[in-house]
Amino acid sequence: MTMQDTVAPFDGDTAHSLARGLGWFSIGLGLMEVVAPHSLARWLGMRDSEPVLQTYGLREIGTGIGILASENPTNWVWGRVAGDGLDVATLAAGLNRPESNKGNIGIALAAVAGVAALDVLCAQSLSHQNGRDQTERQRLRYDYSNRSGFRAPASTMRGAASDFVVPEDMQTPKLLRALDAG
Amino acid sequence: MKALCWYGAKDIRCDEIPDPKIEHPRDAIVKVTSCAICGSDLHLYDGYMPGMEKGDVLGHEFMGEVVEVGPESKHALKVGDRVVVPFTIFCGECDQCKRGYYSVCERTNRNKNIADKMFGHTTAGLFGYTHLTGGYAGGQAEYVRVPYADKTHIKVPKNGLSDEQVLFLGDIFPTGWQAAVQCDIQPTDTVAIWGCGPVGQMTIRSAVLLGARQVIAIDNVPERLSMAKAGGAITINFDEESVVERLNDLTQGKGPEKCIDAVGMEAHATATLDSMYDKVKQSVMLETDRPHVLREMMYVCRPAGILSIPGVYGGLLDKLPFGALMNKGLTVRTGQTHVNRWTDDLLRRIEEGQIDPSFVITHRVGLDDGPGMYKTFRDKEDGCVKVVLKPHQSPTQVAA
Repeated sequence: MTMQDTVAPFDGDTAHSLARGLGWFSIGLGLMEVVAPHSLARWLGMRDSEPVLQTYGLREIGTGIGILASENPTNWVWGRVAGDGLDVATLAAGLNRPESNKGNIGIALAAVAGVAALDVLCAQSLSHQNGRDQTERQRLRYDYSNRSGFRAPASTMRGAASDFVVPEDMQTPKLLRALDAG
Repeated sequence: MKALCWYGAKDIRCDEIPDPKIEHPRDAIVKVTSCAICGSDLHLYDGYMPGMEKGDVLGHEFMGEVVEVGPESKHALKVGDRVVVPFTIFCGECDQCKRGYYSVCERTNRNKNIADKMFGHTTAGLFGYTHLTGGYAGGQAEYVRVPYADKTHIKVPKNGLSDEQVLFLGDIFPTGWQAAVQCDIQPTDTVAIWGCGPVGQMTIRSAVLLGARQVIAIDNVPERLSMAKAGGAITINFDEESVVERLNDLTQGKGPEKCIDAVGMEAHATATLDSMYDKVKQSVMLETDRPHVLREMMYVCRPAGILSIPGVYGGLLDKLPFGALMNKGLTVRTGQTHVNRWTDDLLRRIEEGQIDPSFVITHRVGLDDGPGMYKTFRDKEDGCVKVVLKPHQSPTQVAA
């Protein structure tokens, strides 16, 4: 089966739009984790996890900017998928802690799972599109080396418009011209 | 009639809209026989230019046949005339027009108040290029209203020249020409040109025709570099080598005397730190343009050299090495093209066979296929360098 035979969850444009949305979401979530780790940790019942949440926040911001700034955000979106895995592992570990708020951790896990599903679908679609683009580029090669636009070889057309008089307002003052240019 | 209309970033549609009508005695209506997608249209497609509204008709490179003339343009045009329409609308009567600075005509931007706020003072009205420049409907359509038509046209002589030979007199050919002319090229000059898109290609040919000793073209798209080489340029693929090092090597360490930016606000140079910085800032709306090329030109240009900037910029630029610009005493010349200042001369050169600008065309389609072609052109897919649209031809006719 080739890349073209498989069906991507989203077409290329939709996947790129979704990636941008995920990028902004990532920045928003990251800012919340960096600015208000205390509230989030208290809500989860994981009060000693503030530094971890702040680190994850920085990760989210970096990934978000990477997605938005990149011509091809595929790797950054896969990076989000890896981050989702870390989030799930951290939250799951919290379930074993006696002081944690298991109900809220469950809500957080469900939210992460939902976003992770979107991340995976988006990353798969982008990867699929990349494969198609690469195949297309390999298939098509273009050579425009015969398109000079001149009636004769370019080397003989050099200076053919020397009858043109540069208007005074665009002339270089004599003092700024090269010494051997006249 | 059919027209390509803008509905948002990456959302262009071929719509049915009402035919244009004469609204002012100086207007004319032109039946568009050929039009093109310009590189600067891609800034609209990508959503980087402010001032667009849903439903705006795109296109500022077009030509066709005059089908209706307002009473105050009848001294200059008649029904049946074949014209190329310059992208800058000009009155021919204001102080700027009298000096030949048509692209900063003081009267044709009907949204002067917006332009005054954005740019300090207004510039000329443009076809299909935001409400900052008048919000005039563009020419990627079956018909178009041409304001100030008695001046805003280039008449095509009845001598057998095809649409494709003269179409680019409306924008990219005079744009490339002006970019080279304002460098005041001397026979000893090295001219470095960033960008081998359609304007870059025209600039390369112009610099060669004007007699530059050495023309160097910079890009990373192989087919565009092969076209640049065909036009007489030495090429630099910035994916494969350092632009600054190579330019210095080619100029005995002194740098090129003349540097031309045919790229503009959406520079792609993903391997450099400054371009990544631009992408990040632009992505979070802290910067409007990506001026990598300007930085490189300011840095590498020989002292007392000239920077010519036909590439379009929209707003606020960051981290420019102005110290290099100032201390090296560089001259900057820029602006939209004063199209009709050059077209008589360029038309003569086409008629004489000195140059045939149609060399740059790689794709021809009908209007219905226009939206898809924006993407093809933007992504440089399928070897795309220049797209020409034929509004009154069926896909079969265009293919033939």
